[in-house]
Amino acid sequence: MLKTLFFGALAVGVVGAAGFGVYAYKPAIDPVTANQRAAFDPEVVEKGRVLAAAGYCATCHTAADGEAYAGNYAMETGFGTLYSTNLTPAMETGIGSYSAEAFRRAMHEGVDREGRHLFPAFPYDHFTKMTDDDVDAIYAYIMTEIAPIETEQKPNELPFPLDQRFLQAGWKLLFADLGRFEPDGEHSDVWNRGAYLAEGLTHCGACHTPRNVLGAEKTSEQYAGADIDKWSAPALTAANASSVPWTAAEFKSYLVNGTTDYHGVAAGPMGPVVHDGVRELPEDDMDALAVYLADKVGATQDDPAQSEVVLASLRKNQPDPQYRRDLGERLYATACASCHYNTAQISQGRPDLGINSATNLETPNNLIHVILDGLNAPEGIAGVVMPAFRGALNDAEITAIAAYLRDDRAGQPAWPNLAETVSDLRVNGPAGH
Amino acid sequence: MIKFEINGRSVSVDADPDTPLLWAIRDEIGLTGTKFGCGIGMCGACTVHVGGRATRSCITALSDVEGTKITTIEGLDDQANHPVQEAWRNLRVPQCGYCQSGQIMQAVALLQDIPAPTDDDIDAVMTGNLCRCMTYPRIRQAVREAATAMTGAQDNG
Repeated sequence: MLKTLFFGALAVGVVGAAGFGVYAYKPAIDPVTANQRAAFDPEVVEKGRVLAAAGYCATCHTAADGEAYAGNYAMETGFGTLYSTNLTPAMETGIGSYSAEAFRRAMHEGVDREGRHLFPAFPYDHFTKMTDDDVDAIYAYIMTEIAPIETEQKPNELPFPLDQRFLQAGWKLLFADLGRFEPDGEHSDVWNRGAYLAEGLTHCGACHTPRNVLGAEKTSEQYAGADIDKWSAPALTAANASSVPWTAAEFKSYLVNGTTDYHGVAAGPMGPVVHDGVRELPEDDMDALAVYLADKVGATQDDPAQSEVVLASLRKNQPDPQYRRDLGERLYATACASCHYNTAQISQGRPDLGINSATNLETPNNLIHVILDGLNAPEGIAGVVMPAFRGALNDAEITAIAAYLRDDRAGQPAWPNLAETVSDLRVNGPAGH
Repeated sequence: MIKFEINGRSVSVDADPDTPLLWAIRDEIGLTGTKFGCGIGMCGACTVHVGGRATRSCITALSDVEGTKITTIEGLDDQANHPVQEAWRNLRVPQCGYCQSGQIMQAVALLQDIPAPTDDDIDAVMTGNLCRCMTYPRIRQAVREAATAMTGAQDNG
């Protein structure tokens, strides 16, 4: 019985392994030379340029100080560091020997020309949705417009057995849903165009969808938000944390300009996505992406300008009007409080003006005299002076300080004709000293 | 001739009695650590001590200080090591530095009157000393540090 079970299991294992081997095996595709390539239609090349930009190929295929598309860009994954490959048409170390068919297989199936499985840091699980025409256009662009540069490929730093390429076929079997984009009849053509771009070319989910322990996007949590390069890629679902709901118009502004009125800016890993990438797409495509994303995030038609959150934030943004309300109080803080301020008790040399006779008398004259002309050394506290503010403060300012002291500090009824008294004493009062 | 004492030294200045004290200090006596800021007593850059009290020298007439004892930033400590100056250096308070002699003179006067000031005390007394580099948080921190140093020194003394 045990023996039967054992051989049964073994048989299943052998057949399984053989089956996996058949699945995993990909033949090499014959190399081509530049001479074997037909000339490309300039319109196709231009379309390819736009698509390559919108897929931001160069972002991951260009090292920090390297030539565009020449690879060796370090990608820190949870499994180790991977170095992107040389996408220039260099014959030895680039993709110059790729036929259009080989390039299409790489984009659609994640397999290189020689039949080796590519690591899923290359988002072929998204590019698989792209049409042959679009993939061919990118091929035409790279082969026509990118200068071939031979490079020395840096080896990936992955531990065994994660570095085994044939095992990538298993990952592919488990997680990659290979095949072209299929429109959703429930949605409009515009929505479907947006979905085609977002799920394929612009591979939004590569950063905005959380990944499982084996690094595959959790399809059940599409666009739920994830961490990328120690930045946070926000959710593109109803769970989006923005205080003002996104709208299609906001998404479009964000993708075109990298900024919106009501949300943050495209920064960190999102910076090149917008600024080197999707903004190259024609306006219709930007509209389509915006419609699709707005649907995913559950956008409303509400005008954000009327949002209570926005209005409340604008109100909080206003300076506290208290700062402007009382000129006298402000001038006192600047001109007087360095001396005329006391903490728990009055200290000598810091006269408290609320209880000072000058602020409590029937007339303001004594106070105004001292503000205008100060006190010299023999006056007041011997050896100490108060500066003269005659040349520093105008009549309105002295009036404001006096009124503040009379009202707020002394708690006395306002002096009648205060302003006139200040003007009069400035001109006609006896010189202080 | 108007006579007074500055940083422990007797001086007599032959100038118009209405001359601002600041000009006498800088141009006649030659102590240029005290700065001209606004000229109307609103920024505090010109602060010196007259009779131990912080005074805006730009709007104080020379005639008013006859017979007084004046201290400027140069006279605070022979080695520029007054606890307030040390705190200022430790916390790298100055940025452009222009207002700092006035700030320091005001802070020293503050700590004489209020040895353990709260942040509110510091704000109230130091508000008249403007800093265009906006180094106010460090000024506040340095005043607190100097207060601790000075109180500790007294306790240990």
